[in-house]
Amino acid sequence: MELKASDIIREIKRAAIRFVVALPDRTTSEHLLKPILQDRELRVVQVCKEDEGISICSGLYSTGQRALLLIQHTGLLDSINSLRGVAVEGQNPVCMMVGLLGKEPGVAPTQSQRYGLRIVEPILDAMGIEHHLIEGAEDITKIAPAVGRAYERSAPVVLLIGREPR
Amino acid sequence: MMKRDECLKVLARHRTDEIVVAVYKAAQEWIHICPSDLNYTFTGAMGQGSSHALGLALGRPDKRVIVLDGDGSLLMNLGSLVTIANAAPKNLIHCVCENGTYETNGAVSIPGARRVSFVGLARAAGYPKGYEFGSLEEWEREVGRILKEEGPILVDLKVVPAGEYPEDFRRLYSVEFREVFRKTVQK
Repeated sequence: MELKASDIIREIKRAAIRFVVALPDRTTSEHLLKPILQDRELRVVQVCKEDEGISICSGLYSTGQRALLLIQHTGLLDSINSLRGVAVEGQNPVCMMVGLLGKEPGVAPTQSQRYGLRIVEPILDAMGIEHHLIEGAEDITKIAPAVGRAYERSAPVVLLIGREPR
Repeated sequence: MMKRDECLKVLARHRTDEIVVAVYKAAQEWIHICPSDLNYTFTGAMGQGSSHALGLALGRPDKRVIVLDGDGSLLMNLGSLVTIANAAPKNLIHCVCENGTYETNGAVSIPGARRVSFVGLARAAGYPKGYEFGSLEEWEREVGRILKEEGPILVDLKVVPAGEYPEDFRRLYSVEFREVFRKTVQK
């Protein structure tokens, strides 16, 4: 079933997230980020580079605010050291929603034809970071519990967006 | 040029209840010069101090946040100047301890040492205000006023290495101290 952006936004809010830290990703820009930019219940902080977002979310966490980092998988790969030092070793519940640009519909990321996509989940596994694939309507209910668990465990979580939400 | 620890002691005399985010050498010195549960040294990776500070400033707009950044650190995260200027937190004061070197990593010069204008970069990025200080007397005279000004402000502190302070990265990045900070700031 189709992945609806409005359902994702609803679940983000259900998870008590009020800040969205973002760098545009082709998979999520049109139907997710643009409506979020217009949403008065969510404050968007636009960053120039994704690793800034990992630290901004961590600073927000210390003040008692919940945040979501909305980026592309290339930005996740670019941010490995901050993910290591700030999120994992620093025990900060950085919640990331990561668009898998170019992933073939219905194909597991590890089976993609694209090298850059195949390596994402193995890297997260090697770093001990919880991750979930959000690709269809049936996956929407994973979002709020995953965010809740991140805050309970004080550990990062990655929600991989497997296709363009509509 | 100011000795960095002397420069930090001036700031400490004017600090009241501000959150202070500090990185590397400035952090190693600051936790001894001005111990407080509102010190945040848990930045985790080089260059990230200004971004942590932005998160803190946005999360607690009612509290002043001072970041003691390094010049090499800021060069590693220059985009954060644009991000901060765009988010425009009125409660953020961004100090750069400009020593011209990667002091923690062997004191090799930074690229553009003593030629880069950090105030110039900040102003070009959209910071409404910026100041440079190279003498303790001038810094002492102005710091109280600057701490009350609307941010974001960049303050370039031209410093040289200070005396010996113990280097303890485990303390700087301690999750236990972070938890104390978190509870204090959420009171």
